Amino acid sequence: MAVREIRGWTRTTSLPHSPSYVRGVINLRGTVLPVIDLGVRLGLEPSDPDERNVIIVVDFDGRTIGLRVDAVSDILTLPAGQLRPPPEIAADASETFLRALTIIDERMVRVLDLQSVLPSHGDMAA
Amino acid sequence: MSDPMMEIRASFFVECEELLESLFDALQELSEGASDAENINVAFRAVHSIKGGAGAFSLDDLVEFAHHFETAMDEVRSGRLETDEDLIALFFRCGDILSDLVHASRDEVDIDRGGIDPVVSELKAAVGENGGEGGDDKGRDETPDFVPMTIDLSDLSGVDEPDVDFDFGSPPDLEVQVPDAPEAAAPRLRVRFKPEPELYESGNEPRSLIRSLADFGPCKTEIEFDPPSSLLPLDPPQTRLGWTIEIETKADPSAVEEVFEFADGLCELSVERIGPAPAETETLPEPSAAEEETAPAPPRTSEPREQSDVQSSPPGPKPSPRQRAAKKTAAAPSATVRVDLDRIDRLVNLVGELVINQAMLSQSVVEADLPSNSPIGSGLDEFLQLTRDIQESVMMIRAQPVKSLFQRMSRIVRESSSALGKRVRLVTEGETTEIDKTVIERLADPLTHMIRNAVDHGIESSEERLSVGKPEEGEVRLTALHRSGRVVIEITDDGGGIDRARVRRIAEEKGLISADANLTDSEIDQLLFMPGFSTAAEVSNLSGRGVGMDVVKNAITSLGGRISIHSAAGKGTTFSISLPLTLAVLDGMVVSVENETLVVPLSAIAETLTLRAEDNRRLGPRTSVVLVRESFVPLLDLGVELGYRDPKSSYGGSIALLIGQEDGSKAALVVDSIEDQRQVVIKGLQDSYGHVPGVAAATILGDGQIALILDPTDLVQSATGHSRAAILQEAG
Repeated sequence: MAVREIRGWTRTTSLPHSPSYVRGVINLRGTVLPVIDLGVRLGLEPSDPDERNVIIVVDFDGRTIGLRVDAVSDILTLPAGQLRPPPEIAADASETFLRALTIIDERMVRVLDLQSVLPSHGDMAA
Repeated sequence: MSDPMMEIRASFFVECEELLESLFDALQELSEGASDAENINVAFRAVHSIKGGAGAFSLDDLVEFAHHFETAMDEVRSGRLETDEDLIALFFRCGDILSDLVHASRDEVDIDRGGIDPVVSELKAAVGENGGEGGDDKGRDETPDFVPMTIDLSDLSGVDEPDVDFDFGSPPDLEVQVPDAPEAAAPRLRVRFKPEPELYESGNEPRSLIRSLADFGPCKTEIEFDPPSSLLPLDPPQTRLGWTIEIETKADPSAVEEVFEFADGLCELSVERIGPAPAETETLPEPSAAEEETAPAPPRTSEPREQSDVQSSPPGPKPSPRQRAAKKTAAAPSATVRVDLDRIDRLVNLVGELVINQAMLSQSVVEADLPSNSPIGSGLDEFLQLTRDIQESVMMIRAQPVKSLFQRMSRIVRESSSALGKRVRLVTEGETTEIDKTVIERLADPLTHMIRNAVDHGIESSEERLSVGKPEEGEVRLTALHRSGRVVIEITDDGGGIDRARVRRIAEEKGLISADANLTDSEIDQLLFMPGFSTAAEVSNLSGRGVGMDVVKNAITSLGGRISIHSAAGKGTTFSISLPLTLAVLDGMVVSVENETLVVPLSAIAETLTLRAEDNRRLGPRTSVVLVRESFVPLLDLGVELGYRDPKSSYGGSIALLIGQEDGSKAALVVDSIEDQRQVVIKGLQDSYGHVPGVAAATILGDGQIALILDPTDLVQSATGHSRAAILQEAG
């Protein structure tokens, strides 16, 4: 369970010399939380943040990082048996950001691989 | 720590650190020629206390070594052995081994006996040569006489009642002298001393009174104890302890009475001369007990209770670190309390939150637009002042003198100089300079490396030194001082200085610079800090450990510090490390650039100015300089440097901060406006994000927003790229 909490949008303080997908940092109850724009990270066009956007706070690998998403639509419990491995089309597995695929109500849902979504320490700061 | 034994053990090792520190202090004094008896006594007592404690925990290696060490020092103490340079050096090595053994015992790791045995034989040799006439003494020395301690403890662990507070610190003289006092014919004084409760209330300390009796001669102490009518509640002064002390002295009874001058009327006191009494009075068998009973501290009063209680109560009061600290208070001139670091950190964090909270409150008061003379306003001012005071006091708690760090360095110098066959002396200054504990801890490795470098590469060989007319013994000077809100630590050697031609050649060979690069001396010096500049050609088993100066620089930078080099050929090299006093708060100027709020550390700002168009000279499309009091200073637009905007065509009328650098050069930083000047709490970015060039950390402002704290030096040097750094060099 990597998701710790979901927060409303707050203005971020941008960081100089950061990659495009790093939105900046916000104050999470007294600690500095870096926020990644998940859309940009997944290769979508950057968009201006909007009041309805939310920040998903995830704890992963000892770090706490915020992911900016357009909206949270549902919270699901996925049985491990229903998870399908993603097809090995992408040349570089780390760039797919996918851990698995599953089908819910005839829609395909992608399960993110947080490990590859969250940049490693060096990447982000560089 | 649920196991009380482990707790005692842990505090024993903490105590050991202090004892080792005083041991090295005393040795240092001795080596500087102060060969008075007190120093060797201090050293002896330190080792003896370690031995005593180690015996209690069955740390046999430690006990054995401490015993040999102590024996040799005892010879010196008794005047049978003269201290000379070699002996002091031997003592220093013993001290090093002793501290290794202490640490090995603490961490429960094995230690290489190879390094110890030769030193032990040296010690034996030193004692053996000179201690011939003390033959009867030697017999005593060969059988360690700390047995009472061990018995005491095993006894305790047997009944699972480890509730006796061992004082491993400073056994009093009287204990030391007990074995030497067998003669019964000496004149004696019997002192009966029974404090009234008022004595304790008036702040007198029976222990120190009794201890000062030891100055008259060997003492025998007996304790009187009136059991209180009821066991509980136990009030230490009401337990009515008394002591009978027999002093073997020719002194007049009135002289002894003088000792109790300040306790006059607060105790029952009688001093009488007695004839040569047969030794039926019990000679105090347990040094620890002697110490124990003379100190009316809570843990001790608990002891009689436990004994008479026949262990009906569960192990109640433990000799916690705090109680030990209280005991320590009695012995040391300055009162100290030992507090868990976590608690202090919690306090520091809370105060940090308080500061943020206070800023938020101020902001809402400003927004409420109250009249300036409203009570809320003045109340808030007071609150601000108090917050500041609290913060400073809390920071002071975390501060520690650099002494312990410097002592470790003196060992590094000893070891590395002997490994290299050089004679090097470490001179330290400003040991009492205080700096944040975390900084001290994280400074140890870089400093060790730099000291090794200074001894290995800085100081020349003896022949070389003599040939250029320098004293054979090299000197490494380690100083710490406060300078404008920062702590500056300097490592200076009087060696040959940096061989710049060689540094340059190595850098070229490694491809760090091109062969035709035109570098100033200070730029060449800076090459030492470049990653990959390892002096591989001169790998010695000492400093060639694969750690380059770049690692040192990184370690210093991560502490918010800076490092600079000054070197003069033939005269020596100085490495200067400048560190912030604390890692938690700083005074900053809040500025805004392109609607982003940023904090610039106040310590970096020399002045603020409004630029005039005619003072502004453009050197290239992206570089300008500004004329400030007859000198050209590079002009940096903060918005451009941080990538927020493109350079403006003219900076006339702009506000600029004049940034003073460690090396004396300056740079002007253009901002849009200056908002405020205030103290901000530093929130690290490194852990969650990583290092951002030009940014030292972040903070939370009154409105809850995060503002970045700039690192102006880094900004000027790195964010701008090499070209402007070069300009800086020339401008500076």
